[in-house]
Amino acid sequence: MLNIHCPCCGVTAEETEFHAHGEAHLKRFGPGSTDDQFESYLFMRKNPKGVHFERWRHQNGCGKWFHVARCTMTLEVFGSYSAQTYVPPQDIIDKIQHRRPDWSAEAPAP
Amino acid sequence: MSEPMTALKGASDTSGIATVTELGPRGMITLRGDLTAKPVVKAAVAAGGVTLPERGHCATEGKGGIAWMSPDELLILCDYATVSDRIADLHSKLAKHHALAVNVSDARAVFQVTGPYAREVIAKLAPVDMHPDQFNGTMFRRTRIAQVPAAFWMPDGDTVQIICFRSVAQYVFDVLNMAAQDGSEVGVF
Repeated sequence: MLNIHCPCCGVTAEETEFHAHGEAHLKRFGPGSTDDQFESYLFMRKNPKGVHFERWRHQNGCGKWFHVARCTMTLEVFGSYSAQTYVPPQDIIDKIQHRRPDWSAEAPAP
Repeated sequence: MSEPMTALKGASDTSGIATVTELGPRGMITLRGDLTAKPVVKAAVAAGGVTLPERGHCATEGKGGIAWMSPDELLILCDYATVSDRIADLHSKLAKHHALAVNVSDARAVFQVTGPYAREVIAKLAPVDMHPDQFNGTMFRRTRIAQVPAAFWMPDGDTVQIICFRSVAQYVFDVLNMAAQDGSEVGVF
């Protein structure tokens, strides 16, 4: 059971109040992009064993979207942050590196 | 106008460890907009008759009040008969601002759970820490009751008022009664 904090309404609750919506920080390629780029945007997803960034929605609460950094192996939740970012904020990266000294944002686990 | 009917016609069950009652029709207005914008806040305060509650809280006074629903949404509570006047007032005050006010009174059902075990009844159904140190005062929580969305607050230490969708009113009444059935007290709070 994951304990998740919603940065939009300040509520911390277990995961059944929320809904996971897959990988965060996907880049959508605009008009003129290649088929390969569009395919990667649509279908290609990381499936890491370890640190992962996900989009979540506070389904039974404020209804807002936000991002969560968690570990898919230990189910540890490192933190949540605003969905209005392209990359994870530094304080979240610091928290992850405090718990996972081997992990780096540049070379995430395969 | 036709007489307003609540979903369960004011059903009540006193057989368990807490009394579960459906409350009569309650005026409710959803107001969405920028809650930091002065005109929106002013109009909401005028309609609800109370000051703007902070994040995660509600302010109630009699049948009126304002509940904080999300960073851009308020629920204005009022007497059922005055809803249309208040909506018209909101619309005229917010005509030149980006905001939305809708009458949702008939889309909702309101329940009340009273008794010394009211907190336990809710704790069995919602993923919320109902310990008096954690949930108290004017706190207002949008969450789920068993499988459906709901919101609740505690007007006093032994009373919980619950708002849910009218379409699931019977379900919520049934699960509340199941959680409050006789002899099911846990005694954790």
